[in-house]
Amino acid sequence: MYTTRYVIGFILILTASVAVALTGLREVTKNKAAQNEDIFNKRAILSAIEDYLPDGKKVSGLSDEEVAQIFAQMQQPVLNMQGEVLDGVQAETVDMAQERKKPEAERRLPLYIYEHNGENFYILSVRGKGLWDEIWGNIALKSDANTIAGAAFDHKGETPGLGAEIKDNPAFAKEFEGTKIYEDGNYVSVKVRKGGAKNRTHEVDAISGATVTSDGVSEMLYRGIKYYQPYLEEIRQSEKAQGLLIQ
Amino acid sequence: MAETAVKEKEPLFQFGKKERHLITDPLNDNNPITVQVLGICSALAVTSLVYPSFVMAIAVIFVTAFSSLFTSMLRTYIPKQVRMIVQLVIIASLVTVVELTLKYLNYPIYKQLSVYIGLIITNCIVMGRLEAFAMANKPWRSFLDGIGNGLGYGAILIIVGIIREVFGKGSLFAGSPIELKIIGPTVDYFINTTDSALFGWYTNNNLMVLPAAAMFIIGILIWIQRSYNTKLVDVS
Repeated sequence: MYTTRYVIGFILILTASVAVALTGLREVTKNKAAQNEDIFNKRAILSAIEDYLPDGKKVSGLSDEEVAQIFAQMQQPVLNMQGEVLDGVQAETVDMAQERKKPEAERRLPLYIYEHNGENFYILSVRGKGLWDEIWGNIALKSDANTIAGAAFDHKGETPGLGAEIKDNPAFAKEFEGTKIYEDGNYVSVKVRKGGAKNRTHEVDAISGATVTSDGVSEMLYRGIKYYQPYLEEIRQSEKAQGLLIQ
Repeated sequence: MAETAVKEKEPLFQFGKKERHLITDPLNDNNPITVQVLGICSALAVTSLVYPSFVMAIAVIFVTAFSSLFTSMLRTYIPKQVRMIVQLVIIASLVTVVELTLKYLNYPIYKQLSVYIGLIITNCIVMGRLEAFAMANKPWRSFLDGIGNGLGYGAILIIVGIIREVFGKGSLFAGSPIELKIIGPTVDYFINTTDSALFGWYTNNNLMVLPAAAMFIIGILIWIQRSYNTKLVDVS
């Protein structure tokens, strides 16, 4: 048998050396890892405008540098709930998961304005609840601030093959393209409809077997896009004014 | 079995028949998943695609090999009262190394494997080999034993992954640079089910995406293995 002193000494030396080695490794890899995470999140945002990327590329075809470059060129205002642009904050520094924990009135809304061939795209970030855990998405609106140009969803723990299809099945996000969030100037959002969409302008097909997740997406879109209302209204007004001028 | 300590003097990195068996035994006769039925949890969870299964297999091979090596090197110094804790410290730190390396090298796959990398710590194969082999054998042999068991685990993972991905998604190695699209409803796929007269009826099997499918596949693999390997039938 070993003495207690030996046991304690052995454990102390072992854990201390392991701790030093792991801390060292973490310090060495920390910067690159944070950068990887950043690019990973940015790619997720870009997948909402997959059809409008420079040179007709796909998100997976972009190099890390190109992703960073696209984001450097974007305008990234952060809005408060009144639709006012906050000073000195970049949208990419806003963590949606943290914002969702705040009371509704204090949340900050990141907005990415992407320009492609002279047309503006507004990428909104939304976050809500699925069946098991959080779901989130990025919705790109065309310059009329009404038509959805593309959408991308992700989730933390939805069931593979059912709820997880919001991410895994590209056809689901594809359905949102061309749908509109306004009807005659009134906000109606886009619904995920069980049993098949009836009105293709404001509805998309739900995923069979994933009712709760589908309803979660509907709710997330309705509430999430509504947060951006004051700002979107402004864009719509100025678009309208411009349209009148041209006429 | 090869699990007895050898007394006579021998070269440090000898690779003879016994050593070869350390690697080949876990692939078939003593497979950690299909014979010992260990490490099932992660085998069910990560095998819906081949690429994550492959990365997981590499991670487990690394952890079993080096935890066996370090445990064996320390085996005469490890106080018997706390040996489990010591083994756990070694395993946990190696798993952390894997986690940090993955974050550094390939963040998307780290995201995809998520908690299952951390759960290698609780994978019974790792600690089972440390207790059964590394605590009683020399470092080099323990290292080979770790590699062998990791390979045995990884082989099953990749077989299950291939079956699940082909029938569940119609692709192979999705998410990796060499993605192959085999069967599906668009023109990108090798067999296009919308145009094909032969495969027009085909749709992906959604059961294959669920962990339950992995259990059926592993069950069938055990059945197949036992039907040709008669050595195993007496063991059970």
